[in-house]
Amino acid sequence: MTVVVRTITRILFPIALVFGGYVIMHGHLTPGGGFQGGAVAASALAMVVVAFGAKSLSGKKGLLSALESLGGVAFAALGFLGLGVTFFANVLAGSGGLFGNPVPYGPNPGDLNTAGTLPLMNWAVGFKVLAGLGAVVLLFALFGGEHDR
Amino acid sequence: MTVWAAMLTATLIMVVIASVLAVVLRDLLAAVLALGAQGLLLSLAFYLLQAPDVAIAQAGVGAALTTAIFLLAIWKTRRKEEE
Repeated sequence: MTVVVRTITRILFPIALVFGGYVIMHGHLTPGGGFQGGAVAASALAMVVVAFGAKSLSGKKGLLSALESLGGVAFAALGFLGLGVTFFANVLAGSGGLFGNPVPYGPNPGDLNTAGTLPLMNWAVGFKVLAGLGAVVLLFALFGGEHDR
Repeated sequence: MTVWAAMLTATLIMVVIASVLAVVLRDLLAAVLALGAQGLLLSLAFYLLQAPDVAIAQAGVGAALTTAIFLLAIWKTRRKEEE
């Protein structure tokens, strides 16, 4: 791609990645969540693949694969964490520890440290979607086409 | 007609225009860009309909990722549509 596209991508890539992280992190407070934030972050990866070519990211295939597996395993493990009550029971909510603050009543600016296992599950789904969609675009760009026939 | 309804109507009209452009354009690169604009305008319509959750997903998947995949597909094949 041209130097204009490359420069814009250099500027926009960290912004899109951070915005995806923001959408994932505030998934239990504001619109958005794991899938939406992961899709936004994956669009940053797709931007790099389109602007700089798939060769620039071909070394990251293992990382993406590991990240996707990690997200899936973390989601299932967080589900099993509540097995003392039921599957997917929210054991961390209201415990006072990690994400354990009680939810304030009525209108409030939003306490990030609430909702128990839900933010962690949002992160797991976010990493899985980011790695999955990123790997789809990356592999689509790497293989096929004129030089593969 | 309220401002909200006017904005929604204008957005939906632009969605239809972009969709028609995506179908009729012979240059596939321009058609893909029209499709991306359609996805972005559709996410704006979802936002105006007070569904910001769907709007974020539509902007991420519909506008960005499908456009990237179609761009890569054009880059790997041909740009002009054949008769």
